[in-house]
Amino acid sequence: MNWGSAEAFWNMGGAATFVWGSYAVTLIVIVVELILLFQRRKNTVSRLLRLRRGRSARRQPANVSESP
Amino acid sequence: MTRSRFNIFRFAVPQNFYPLAGKLAPIFAVTAAVLFLAGLWISFFIAPTDAQQGEVYRVIFIHVPAAWMSMFIYLVMAFWSAVGLVFNTRLSAMMAHALAPTGAMFCFVALWTGALWGRPTWGAYWVWDARLTSQLLLLFLYFGYIALINAIDDPRRADKAGAILALVGAINVPIIYFSVKWWNTLHQGASVSLTKAPSMATTMLMGMLVMAFAAWAYTIAVTLWRVRSLILERERNAEWVNEELDRLEAAA
Repeated sequence: MNWGSAEAFWNMGGAATFVWGSYAVTLIVIVVELILLFQRRKNTVSRLLRLRRGRSARRQPANVSESP
Repeated sequence: MTRSRFNIFRFAVPQNFYPLAGKLAPIFAVTAAVLFLAGLWISFFIAPTDAQQGEVYRVIFIHVPAAWMSMFIYLVMAFWSAVGLVFNTRLSAMMAHALAPTGAMFCFVALWTGALWGRPTWGAYWVWDARLTSQLLLLFLYFGYIALINAIDDPRRADKAGAILALVGAINVPIIYFSVKWWNTLHQGASVSLTKAPSMATTMLMGMLVMAFAAWAYTIAVTLWRVRSLILERERNAEWVNEELDRLEAAA
């Protein structure tokens, strides 16, 4: 075990800014990437569903006029 | 002609790869999370204080894996680009596209953590040294690649242009890797290499390797998830995507 106390751990031998600054920013960009990733999935699916509904809506009136 | 029961090339077809990616991604995501937590534990509680640098050296556990990953992802992108150009397979280009944002992310992390490590050890956040400059160029190559494929509307042309940029840019990767040997750099030489024993404590090396494997698993998971969105977009006129949308609509 390297650390006598919680303070010593957070203090990182005086290098807290550099060590925690590295780990925190890494964590943040990973979280941001994951959020963007799942947003993209949601956007793609909803866009494709919308496109499909648009297509079938356009087809609908044509079908009506064809049928007697 | 006899048909083999299992054929790896079956998964070059987007329709077959899509469900496989959906099954594999969560497995790799869980693996990444477990390895990451284990890596953090080793980094802070098992690896000893460095005799010369004190505690600040603990940045290494993300700096080195992120730097390795940023270079490796670019090479994998170049590989899929070459496969796409030669065999004209649709999925190869999609894989290259899906890898780029994660590569850029790791490249940024390597530069950021490097800057924060450089300040207390070298006295400067940034120097125009061969290693740092070529790594910065890698970040711009990632940005350039992403901008290029998004700027071209025709997907086939975007794939080709992106592939050429990925292949030409790949020359930069060995330059980054060997820059510390070829030029007199402020950045230190490799701590770990295939030809000689690593110049660090075993537990330090362990932490770095566990974090590197976590980065691998993370990259695979994220890329598979991203390629699934790309496949849906690209193949939206296929009947199987229509059926998949039925399923997703019913589940929503």
